[in-house]
Amino acid sequence: MPKTMFDKIWEAHEVRDGLLYIDLHLVHEVTSAQAFEGLRLARRSVRRPDKTLATADHNVPTDGTSVTRMIEDVLSRQQVQTLERNCAEFGIPVYSMGSDRQGIVHVIGPELGLTQPGTTIVCGDSHTATHGALGALAFGIGTSEVEHVLATQTLVQRKPKSMRIWYAGELGFGVTAKDVILATIGTMGTSGCVGYAVEYAGPVIERLSIENRLTVCNMTIEAGGRAGMVAPDDTTFAYLEGRPAVPSGPAWEQALDRWRTLPTDDGATFDRTVDIDGSGIAPMVTWGTTPGQVVEVTGRVPSPDEFAEAADRETAERALAYMGLDPGTPITDVPLDRVFIGSCTNSRIEDLRLAAAVAEGRRVADGIRAMVVPGSAQVKIQAEEEGLDRVFEAAGFEWRSAGCSMCLGMNPDILAPRERCASTSNRNFEGRQGAGGRTHLVSPEMAAAAAIEGHFVDIRSWRA
Amino acid sequence: MDPVTVVKGKVSVLDRADIDTDQIIPKQFLKRIERTGYGEFLFYDWVRSGEVSLEPNPILVAGRNFGCGSSREHAVWAIQQFGFGAVVAPSFSDIFFGNCTKNGLLPIRLAEADVRALAAAGEATIDLAQQTISFAGRTLPFEIDAEIKHRLLNGLDEIALTLEHVHDIDAFERDRLPAGPVTTAL
Repeated sequence: MPKTMFDKIWEAHEVRDGLLYIDLHLVHEVTSAQAFEGLRLARRSVRRPDKTLATADHNVPTDGTSVTRMIEDVLSRQQVQTLERNCAEFGIPVYSMGSDRQGIVHVIGPELGLTQPGTTIVCGDSHTATHGALGALAFGIGTSEVEHVLATQTLVQRKPKSMRIWYAGELGFGVTAKDVILATIGTMGTSGCVGYAVEYAGPVIERLSIENRLTVCNMTIEAGGRAGMVAPDDTTFAYLEGRPAVPSGPAWEQALDRWRTLPTDDGATFDRTVDIDGSGIAPMVTWGTTPGQVVEVTGRVPSPDEFAEAADRETAERALAYMGLDPGTPITDVPLDRVFIGSCTNSRIEDLRLAAAVAEGRRVADGIRAMVVPGSAQVKIQAEEEGLDRVFEAAGFEWRSAGCSMCLGMNPDILAPRERCASTSNRNFEGRQGAGGRTHLVSPEMAAAAAIEGHFVDIRSWRA
Repeated sequence: MDPVTVVKGKVSVLDRADIDTDQIIPKQFLKRIERTGYGEFLFYDWVRSGEVSLEPNPILVAGRNFGCGSSREHAVWAIQQFGFGAVVAPSFSDIFFGNCTKNGLLPIRLAEADVRALAAAGEATIDLAQQTISFAGRTLPFEIDAEIKHRLLNGLDEIALTLEHVHDIDAFERDRLPAGPVTTAL
């Protein structure tokens, strides 16, 4: 019987009914301390430290502080130090501050080649679906589940339903993976994928680079999806070859043979299928306080009356009040205070190259504070080798060190109340980037161009 | 986890859809390394601005897609430590729903019209063993996974339950373990 990729990976990892074996457990400082404490209280050990890896990312200052004990915020320092202590006690490898492999957990997994096709991956972080871009089945989990995986290397899990979203056509000039996923969330709604593992497929997805596929899978959770995935192909294999955790020699050939059996079989059925015309997608900008509240850059801030359902109208009214926006305002008229290029959604080298191409030879508009935060120490090193740091700094952008930064405001990078930010991150929730801060989600090119102009522009027709 | 059998009493109503875990417990309170101390910061920004005022009743009633966004289990701890024993909504995010069941906070899905009727009724009795919720003279059934129900009713530790099958995990690792990355070999 033909099977989906999701079915194949699930079945290969089912220890018994409802118990899934985990090949890779990624750990960070915010959601792990209570799990390690639980192990200690129950006198349990970590079953497979060799399938576990930790890094510090959420609390890390991006101002160049490279030693944990130099973190000024007492609680942030304590949380990172606790991670380091726990990893030492339980024998788990950790790339903490100062390591040249430190970075956002969802950036370093693929970068090190730990994220491999056909594997099951979990992390106490909702953006874990990112790793599905390489043909893995990757879930975000809570702290109790982190403890469960540490103790047993398994996860109790009912099998989600399966969905395929098929993107026909091809993306137009200036339209990116970020616009693909924002448009998808706008179509599906914030809970449209709840209960599903989503496979992204079709010619648009096949033509995306791995880093772009990572961007798409990353935001699966913003439509409520449990996991997002893309079938591995030659693009995937070329990305993986030679990375530190990837096998070489005969083992590489064996891995390729295995990985080539993973894609969904012809004739396999999904519980739900959705078709989206990739050629019709435009650069997108969120206007509200959920990622589903999104319009094309040529659009206007909507009026609550435009929504059919009462709940959507109420949500829109609240969002407009919080965002300080009037219905009918053209998106390109929305003035900005801050620009943030970074996060597990858009902080990889390709993202930075595209943003740098926009910034090169231009200047950040007066009154705008713009930051570029590479997703990992390795991305930072590579960007500096390519001279991107100098491009950004010459244009007036701040060039920072690796971390989650202003995606979630657990570190010193936050918005002030009522500050308005064009952000390449994944969540525009109230207060996400700082209490009272106003977030608009966009692609890296759109963010960079907005920094130059001081307001949003349509990247397709923009020439500064 | 303490056993959960009946949650009974008044409801507090938060009539909003898409309440994300950033609202339930904002990021600045995630720096604690303990499981306790979150209750007083529940819905911190909304409470501080005066737009929301919640009584610590046994039951919280909210709009669809409750608990979306970040996987932070701190959201469940905050709701529980504030005083709630159950959350009733038309739908929940998957991760939040799972987190509830690991901590003995009852997540109950009801049709939107029934959620509104419950909010109007003001109090209810939830009986987990019977899988019913009663309010305003009506008794409605709700669905819950049989294994989750068993674990909640008996206050069982999920890790201990899984370790009863440790031989299956041993056998899986011996016979079927797929090739995968080795973090200690980097």
